[in-house]
Amino acid sequence: MREKIIEAKNLIKNYGDFTAVNDISFWVEKGEVFGLLGPNGAGKTTTINLLIGMAKISSGKVYYDGVDLTRSIKKAQEIIGIVADESNLYDEMSGYDNLCFCGSLYGLSKSDREKKAKDLLNTFQLNEAANKKFKAYSKGMKRKLTIAAALIHNPQILYLDEPTSGIDVASARQIRDLIRKLNQKGTTVFLTTHYIEEAERLCDRIAFLNRGKIIKIDSVNNLINESKDENIIEVVFDENVSDKEQLSAKLNEKFTYITCHFKNDNTIKIISLKPIDISPIVQFLSLQNIFIIEARLHRPSLEDAFVKLTGIEIDLMKKDKEKK
Amino acid sequence: MKQNIAFWNILLKDMKNYYLKPPNISWGIIFPFAWMLMMFVKTKSAFHIEEVFSGIVAMSILFGTTSMLSVTITFERKSRSFERLLLAPLRMELLIVAKITGAILFGIFNSIIPVLFSVLYFKAVVANWTVLIIGIILLSIISTLLGLFISVSAKEVFEAQTYSNFFRFPMIFLCGLFIPIATLPVFIRPLSYLLPVTYGVDILKYSITGNNTLSIVLDLTLVLMFCFMLFYSSLFFIKKKWII
Repeated sequence: MREKIIEAKNLIKNYGDFTAVNDISFWVEKGEVFGLLGPNGAGKTTTINLLIGMAKISSGKVYYDGVDLTRSIKKAQEIIGIVADESNLYDEMSGYDNLCFCGSLYGLSKSDREKKAKDLLNTFQLNEAANKKFKAYSKGMKRKLTIAAALIHNPQILYLDEPTSGIDVASARQIRDLIRKLNQKGTTVFLTTHYIEEAERLCDRIAFLNRGKIIKIDSVNNLINESKDENIIEVVFDENVSDKEQLSAKLNEKFTYITCHFKNDNTIKIISLKPIDISPIVQFLSLQNIFIIEARLHRPSLEDAFVKLTGIEIDLMKKDKEKK
Repeated sequence: MKQNIAFWNILLKDMKNYYLKPPNISWGIIFPFAWMLMMFVKTKSAFHIEEVFSGIVAMSILFGTTSMLSVTITFERKSRSFERLLLAPLRMELLIVAKITGAILFGIFNSIIPVLFSVLYFKAVVANWTVLIIGIILLSIISTLLGLFISVSAKEVFEAQTYSNFFRFPMIFLCGLFIPIATLPVFIRPLSYLLPVTYGVDILKYSITGNNTLSIVLDLTLVLMFCFMLFYSSLFFIKKKWII
């Protein structure tokens, strides 16, 4: 095991009667990408806020590099870079000025911050927009500049709260590539996301968080292996199923060894612990006068592990986030 | 050294982004000028500049600083850019001093027009220039700190403006700017002495006419005490309310 750079022990955060973070413990190893995955309201942002000093810890301890900084997280702020879930730079300042200003907050000299700002604008392909006001940037550009601002002082740890949420595909891909490159250079990355594919692609280890509690922490491979004992068939219908419960009941009656649940209105997920044949199921469903447009055996993924452990459907989680 | 760089750049950023914007500069010039002109037109030949000098200076500072600071801080909190400052490895005290310094300098700038106009045009005689400068600086600090105190409670920019007006307008009448406290109804007078601006205005009066209500040492002590109280209570509430 690598050295622990962040460690949270029995963290609790109460807001009056409501417990946002409920006795969670975990650690982040130096140089890894650690992901916190969970639905809206799971406590992801609160957990980050507790670790960076934007929220007061009700009880528990936070260690950085083995040092207890629970009551003095300010001391850790020199080695951390923070990208909040919303861009929080200055609208009236240019991209370049924003970066230089952020550098000054960490005490970088004028020449250092100017050089670093130019390098970062180059890395994030924002050179042409360097002198444009931040408010004129697109959402993707804003996100990239916000990440650049968090890197101006070469932090050892980078916190990213929903780094690709609500931005275009190309920018999201570029941000993911940059996270990978940064990590390869030795930066520890702590990210929260509700995009399970993103977590699967980027993270070394993941913690599933739901209702303020950590359900499971493990490496991506181990989490996927948790679902390997399951055989899954996903069937997509051409139109929404009106009586989902009735269809599920019929399936269970016919195939007693399966459990099934609807992923969304027109997709059913059939899970079996023993090897499963797709054709009798498709045949049975066709007899119910339901037109099938796709049926496939599904390889276990992180999503399956997440659904299995939390009982939360990813599609619902995404919709919930989009609504927000 | 690192903290100094951060302090200086926060101050420069605020000056450039907020205080040196043309609408604010013109406010700093037009507002006191308009008040002096109003006094002049109203009293015509019987115009005694020494009677209104301190009031106009105090009002220019008060109106220039309180809302400016509370609005800029509330605006930055709303746009979440203030979070960036809170997350920087900066002592909270230094961060707040950096934020208020811009407003203090703006308050001092606002006082220059009425001072120059009174001295050069109306030939006002200043009894003690050193005390006048100290008074202007202290009044700028206390007005700015009132703005800071307001910004702690405001969540929206309009709230910051409303709260500022709620404090500022009564102060025109309660703090002896134009109406001597001694002429106010007896039951209102204790309220006047609870307001820090009263003592700032008293210092200005002393610097111009050589006469004031309280002793200059008491005025200076009380203003400094209010500064200390407002600064640390604002700091306490910022830590309590903004880092939840």
